[in-house]
Amino acid sequence: MGERLHIAIVGAGPAGLSAAGRAAHHDREQGRSTPSYVLLEGFSTFAKTIQKYQKGKHVMDEPGFLDLRSPVPFVAGKREEILGAWDESIRAGLNIRYNAEVVAIAGTRGDFTLTLQDGDTLQAENVVLSIGTQGNPRALGVKGDAESDFVRYTLDDPAEFQQETIVVVGAGDAAIENAIALSDYNTVYIINRRGEFSRAKDGNLNAVLAAINDKERPFHCRYEANVAGLELPAAAGEMGAIVLNTPSGEERIACHRIIARLGTVPPRKFVESCGIEINSPAADAVPDVDRHYQSNVPGLYIIGALGGYPLIKQAMNQGYDVVEFIHGKDIKPADYPLLQEQFSGLPYVMDAEAVLDLYQSRIPMFRRMNPLAFRELIIESRILVSLPPAEYAQAPQKGERSTVFIPAGEPVYRHGEFSTSFYTLVEGTVELQLEPGGPWHSIKPGQFFGEMSLISGRPRQGDAVVSEDAILIETPRRIMVKLMNSNEEVRRGIDLIFIVRALQAAFRPQLGLQELSAIASRVDTCRFNAGEALFTEGEEGDCLHLIRSGTVVLSRGSDRLVVAQHHSGDLVGQMALMGSPRRRDTATAAVRTETLKLYRDEFLALVGSQPEHVATLQNRLSRLLQQTNAMASQPEAGRAIAFLMDQGLGEATNALVIDETLCVGCDNCERACAETHGGISRLNRAAGPSFAHLHVPISCRHCELPHCMKDCPPDAIRRSADGEVFITDSCIGCGNCETNCPYNAIKLSYPAPPKPGLLSWILFGRGSGPGQPETFEPSAKDKERGKKAVKCDACMGQAGGPACVRACPTGAARRLSPDEFVQLVEAR
Amino acid sequence: MRESLLNWRDYRYLKASLLVLLASVAVYASQHFGQLTQPPNGGTWQGYVLGTAGALLIVWLSLLGLRKRRYRSNLGTVQGWASAHVYLGTMLLVIATLHCALQFGFNVHTLAYVLMCLVIFSGFYGLYAYLHLPGRVVALEAGVAQEDRMEELARVDVRIREASSRCDANLQSLVISALDLTRVGGSAWQQLMARDRSRVTVPGGREQQARTVSNSGQAVVIEHLSSRIPDARKQSEAEVLNELLALFGRRQVLLQQLRREVQLRGLLKIWLYFHIPLTMALLVALLVHILSVFIYW
Ligand SMILES: Cc1cc2nc3c(=O)[nH]c(=O)nc-3n(C[C@H](O)[C@H](O)[C@H](O)COP(=O)(O)OP(=O)(O)OC[C@H]3O[C@@H](n4cnc5c(N)ncnc54)[C@H](O)[C@@H]3O)c2cc1C
Ligand code: HEM
Ligand code: SF4
Ligand code: SF4
Repeated sequence: MGERLHIAIVGAGPAGLSAAGRAAHHDREQGRSTPSYVLLEGFSTFAKTIQKYQKGKHVMDEPGFLDLRSPVPFVAGKREEILGAWDESIRAGLNIRYNAEVVAIAGTRGDFTLTLQDGDTLQAENVVLSIGTQGNPRALGVKGDAESDFVRYTLDDPAEFQQETIVVVGAGDAAIENAIALSDYNTVYIINRRGEFSRAKDGNLNAVLAAINDKERPFHCRYEANVAGLELPAAAGEMGAIVLNTPSGEERIACHRIIARLGTVPPRKFVESCGIEINSPAADAVPDVDRHYQSNVPGLYIIGALGGYPLIKQAMNQGYDVVEFIHGKDIKPADYPLLQEQFSGLPYVMDAEAVLDLYQSRIPMFRRMNPLAFRELIIESRILVSLPPAEYAQAPQKGERSTVFIPAGEPVYRHGEFSTSFYTLVEGTVELQLEPGGPWHSIKPGQFFGEMSLISGRPRQGDAVVSEDAILIETPRRIMVKLMNSNEEVRRGIDLIFIVRALQAAFRPQLGLQELSAIASRVDTCRFNAGEALFTEGEEGDCLHLIRSGTVVLSRGSDRLVVAQHHSGDLVGQMALMGSPRRRDTATAAVRTETLKLYRDEFLALVGSQPEHVATLQNRLSRLLQQTNAMASQPEAGRAIAFLMDQGLGEATNALVIDETLCVGCDNCERACAETHGGISRLNRAAGPSFAHLHVPISCRHCELPHCMKDCPPDAIRRSADGEVFITDSCIGCGNCETNCPYNAIKLSYPAPPKPGLLSWILFGRGSGPGQPETFEPSAKDKERGKKAVKCDACMGQAGGPACVRACPTGAARRLSPDEFVQLVEAR
Repeated sequence: MRESLLNWRDYRYLKASLLVLLASVAVYASQHFGQLTQPPNGGTWQGYVLGTAGALLIVWLSLLGLRKRRYRSNLGTVQGWASAHVYLGTMLLVIATLHCALQFGFNVHTLAYVLMCLVIFSGFYGLYAYLHLPGRVVALEAGVAQEDRMEELARVDVRIREASSRCDANLQSLVISALDLTRVGGSAWQQLMARDRSRVTVPGGREQQARTVSNSGQAVVIEHLSSRIPDARKQSEAEVLNELLALFGRRQVLLQQLRREVQLRGLLKIWLYFHIPLTMALLVALLVHILSVFIYW
């Protein structure tokens, strides 16, 4: 145990390296001969996350609007170049310790004790936690399981091994994919703790079963087997062994290598064990920190991806800033000029930090939020200022990152527009409609709106018109979701108003806000996974559901004939409260769905206050009954809808469906897609399931709440006002969206080479002809830039609509929204 | 109502082409009024009108090939073009016939006419194929994609190989040869014919030489297996034979479906290999026809 250090930095990713670089700078300035800090890295080298990127990956330096502030260099470039530059910085004199995984941190400012995996301990006055979010691989949990040549927790290149006996432990997708790839040239045993491969994707499940049954392939499986022990090889190149506990006793398998793919342990447990609070159970919740990145444990700082900042440049800037803060320097963060620019068009002159404080105090819901999170929210938002039309016409528009001027008296959004951002009113008023043609509601400063589309992903309902001299904060959905996931108070506040407004839209009650809020607080929010039932045919109902997000399918009879589908904003099961209590249908969630459940008392209180509206509700109900009845008498149509819903089309807004009785398989649709999208087709016509003459090819459906948008580090996936989900140029090719899209609609690709014109192909046979070339060698420059995610953009901005549909010679290909499915199946 | 090539936009181009029909008949008939200096033919002013209309129509019909590949074009949709193509293409038959007034001979003019007819009739076939074959493919596939069927076939084959290793050598070699000599697909012609060219080698006995015979529909193997089951001496042998029989039964069906599917998909495309080259030839013949008419004027 040595002397007490000034700063211990845990995790040598970009954040940690930058912090260490700045700490070294201070040491030099103070003329210290021994370092006052240490950088502890659990891995055998620095920046494990970046080391694990694929070879040659082009690393981007998004966000472009932010300047780098770090003693360690970073510009966009190849993974190898960046790692090389960092290596140089480390060599120039950083006090870094490898293979030093920190397993415990105890104490508080001035007196921290850090325990390393090998039992060693360190003392430090301050701790900077920069361990990222990648987590560490789950270990085998037996003696000798440390990563070595014999025991590995990753597999980069299966072709590296040949003619060996290799044991793969695990039953998830990674284990299966590794095992099958290895079995081309090696004898492979796959060890499954359970009796079946239930965790795997369908494709992998089939593949692993086929491999096990394939007598030609040296592929063996041990079910219900646990690892009991390891026998490490006596010398390099010799065989070791693994000992298993199986239902039929102990088994020893001699092997050259063990590859364990048991998933990763997310860092949350470790973080919480240090005394840091994470206030929300959500998986992506981040710990709260103050303006100086300090957590609730004084002296313990959190920066980088762990603090919720998923990009390298942000992580590095924070590394620099945090060391300045620890040294007592209250510098302005690197994003200060950004804030100034954002506030530049405000009708008053004030320091940006002061505006920030003022606005936070003006908005009740954000008042108690931690200031750093509020700052992040503003930086990611747009500041809108409304001007009288005459002034507006002359006002300069200075670009995205500046104050945005909007004309007063005009809608900030219109009915039917696809936008999911969230608006907070700071000054002025906004007149809000909750449904087209519905009554107007006034929004006052400090209040917010836009939560309907934020939560449901459906287009806007009704207009929102802004008054003169209003100031608004428009926050993208992604930021709000992140906030709601880590801040219970904000989540509850938004939820309550959501319910109040949903009730207002559905029942138009003549009640004061107080009474409404009282009712709203008694309404349950229910969550259903795809396939779960809200209620079942034949049971007695005492409630109705108002769909908050997702899609609900009503079906009837033992063979589950679909008779109707409902989307957010619709009522389901209202018959129970307006007619007979016996449920006539089974209501099932077609995709992940949330509903508001209303019981009779609340329902009566709502409709009782506004008797005129009851007639409207009754009319709607009887129209609905007519529709369901029409569907019920067409079982074929019902089955076809059920099929489409099973394909997840309930959450689609615009899906490609092919009528197989018309499709001649010419693939002109695919070719049209490639030709209008840089030579890469974004749809695969032949792939995908079919039923009753309907074929759902692999192609983007422009989901209501796109899964692909979820973890995009540079926020490159956007939705246009018309609903198209598209990828902007800022894509860094990380592949998260490809993984997150449940419908395989995204792929990573190099751009295709340009082609000669059509006529020179027809007349002289030059080039590969229309469509996506089957193979192509990307140019050196493209390889340098790396692959990027590509997907369907529904031919956004092309006059005439989607090229696939326009190019189909027989009218087989159509793009539809779920509302149109009924016509599609009824027509036959 | 789903829109096919025929009823596109409420039969818009059927209506249009009927108007064209009326107009061209009227033009033709007008040759019979007034003074008849010559019998109706391509050389009268009416003949010139019809001829020019026909030639322009041919050029326009050929332009479908370009429009189909101008993927950014906003000039209607390909479906609309194809619908017009089909109706106006049919009208061309009438216009051209009225234009030449059935004056045929062994010359380039008649060659152009014949080529045009060939293009049009191949077009008729194509239209028939486009309208009817996709439905048949759907019925055949019954929701199972070709790849899945291939995969099932591969799985069946693996199981057959595995089961046959438990049989005597003769039977094993028969079964394996049936697998190895199975033929699906092949040349374009063979695909279209969908004739089962599978064979099997029947191992020789003491007197007989081994011989390779047709195994169309897997019939030889199936018959062989079913005839051996009653003779099976051991329980285990009967079991393997039964298993093999069931597997070959499934194999027979899968192969038949695959062949039929390949055939249907081929029939959907093959005609374009006539329609397009004949169009090219027609354009050349048309050019020669027009030039020669002007030269010998
Ligand atoms: C495939 C992929 C591509 C990406 N591409 C880009 C890109 O092009 N541009 C971009 O800006 N961002 C990109 N990102 C995001 C970027 O990698 C992260 O935002 C960044 O690495 C976060 O830095 P960090 O320092 O916070 O954490 P990390 O880089 O994750 O570093 C954490 C370090 O801490 C170590 N560690 C963990 N636990 C312990 C412990 N208990 N004790 C000691 N050490 C520990 C780890 O070994 C690791 O070295 C990409 C991410 C992925 C997954
Ligand atoms: C002289 C008359 C005709 C000419 C010159 C002609 C020419 C063409 C050409 C160039 C194509 C484009 C093929 C491709 O590029 O894929 C085509 C397609 C087609 N033709 Fe014709 N055609 C004629 C008459 C007809 C007739 C009479 C019919 C049917 C009644 C017909 C039916 C079709 C069909 C169904 C297609 C396919 C459309 C598609 O897949 O896009 N054609 N024709
Ligand atoms: S890419 Fe996938 S997740 Fe994203 S909108 Fe399209 S279908 Fe939905
Ligand atoms: S363009 Fe139309 S007919 Fe051709 S493959 Fe696509 S859907 Fe089928």
